[in-house]
Amino acid sequence: MRLGSAATIAAGAAVLAACAALQPSPRDAALALMQRDFHAEGIAGMDRLKEDDVQAACNEYGNNPPAELDAKLRAKQYAGVKWPADGKLMGDWKSGEKIAQRGRGMTWRDKPHQTSRGEPNGGGCYNCHQIGPDTTSFGTIGPSLYQFGKLRGYGTEIQRYAYSKIYNAKAYSVCSQMPRFGHAQALTEAQIKDLTALLMDPASPVNSR
Amino acid sequence: MNKSLVLGLAAACAAALLPPAFAQTEDPVAADFDKFRAVLEQDNPAELWEVKGEQLWKTPRGPKRASLEQCDLGLGPGVVKGAYAQMPRYFADVDRVMDAEARIVHCMITLQGFTYEELAKKPFSSATKTPDPVSITTYVAAQSAGMKLAPPQSHPKEKAAYDVGKQIFFYRAGAYDFSCASCHGVDGQRIRTQPLPNFTSPAQAIKANQGWPGYRMTGGVMHTLQWRLNDCFRQQRFPEPDYASEMLSALLTYLTVNAQGQEYKGPGIKR
Repeated sequence: MRLGSAATIAAGAAVLAACAALQPSPRDAALALMQRDFHAEGIAGMDRLKEDDVQAACNEYGNNPPAELDAKLRAKQYAGVKWPADGKLMGDWKSGEKIAQRGRGMTWRDKPHQTSRGEPNGGGCYNCHQIGPDTTSFGTIGPSLYQFGKLRGYGTEIQRYAYSKIYNAKAYSVCSQMPRFGHAQALTEAQIKDLTALLMDPASPVNSR
Repeated sequence: MNKSLVLGLAAACAAALLPPAFAQTEDPVAADFDKFRAVLEQDNPAELWEVKGEQLWKTPRGPKRASLEQCDLGLGPGVVKGAYAQMPRYFADVDRVMDAEARIVHCMITLQGFTYEELAKKPFSSATKTPDPVSITTYVAAQSAGMKLAPPQSHPKEKAAYDVGKQIFFYRAGAYDFSCASCHGVDGQRIRTQPLPNFTSPAQAIKANQGWPGYRMTGGVMHTLQWRLNDCFRQQRFPEPDYASEMLSALLTYLTVNAQGQEYKGPGIKR
């Protein structure tokens, strides 16, 4: 009997081990559950649940991918930045301020490149950043951008940095919390130019006050 | 109610008229709102829905003309006191973990004969209508006011729900690469003027549950955690989560277990 039960326990343990091997990991179980328990709504299709290479690396490595993968992904993201055809990186800082204030767009009831109200998408910049001197209701998820150009200089290289960072923040920091506004086609080239001007035009209140 | 409501509104108006200070240390705007909320919570409008929910719970309704008094919220048929603070939990009859509202919906289907489709069609409150599960959830939640959150983690499926919920919480995807953790994964951050609690921290995790179901001053409607999570995913630029789904129960398991042992104050007020 004793031997029998030991054998039974051993067999049981083998079965349990086999079952454990068949059990999906929490990640696989979560992915399956999300596939089943979300539905497409408006412009937000189920494809949005699918990770791209950047998202997959950040999810797999807890937002800290190994250096080699990190460098590879950053280079790929940077290579995807579409620079303005006319070579001008700066638009109108006044329009940039409006884009920075507004945050709508890309949700269920919005249109593909417009909000539900038919306005251009917002960048939602103030949600996370301090920017101009007159808005005190800014978030703190990102760094302060007040005096962005004044502190860094107004040269072309910094303009290129600002434009490409807004276009694709992951070109500089793969697991940055900042959306890839150009890459995601959330903001247009003209809008990104306007935001670049908000940060880089010496006449913008960001720099002038 | 009127007197404190007037006082509260006066405080809020005064706060709105004062110039917002540069906010880097304490958040004066948030602090003013907390004062406003404290005054208003003395006579909480949520009580109106609590009373309505109690009537709905006790009245024979639906195609089967049954009340919900035989609904098992985890502590036995009809036991409401303390049930909300001990959910999400595993229910053997459905072989899955359910949060409070999911369980209430389940009881409305099985005991009263409503269909999931009709309950899920417009599950959130508007200016003109509060869906019945919202009122009932408010009633059930109020019967756990002042109790410590104690969602069980003894059943393997309860543990699995926590692990799965954690994965969902940290899962970055969608147009903006957001996860729940993008806003609720670190200490001391704000979106605009709104402080963002860190739900991975045991001390702050209670804020995921505290004040819900809540009377939301924006729109003047009653909302539950089902609505809150739905709106989070909307702003996360994800597709829409299914109402009362297992996925949301898993996420709520993660959020609630992280707040294990913290006191739940009952239905509250939200901005």
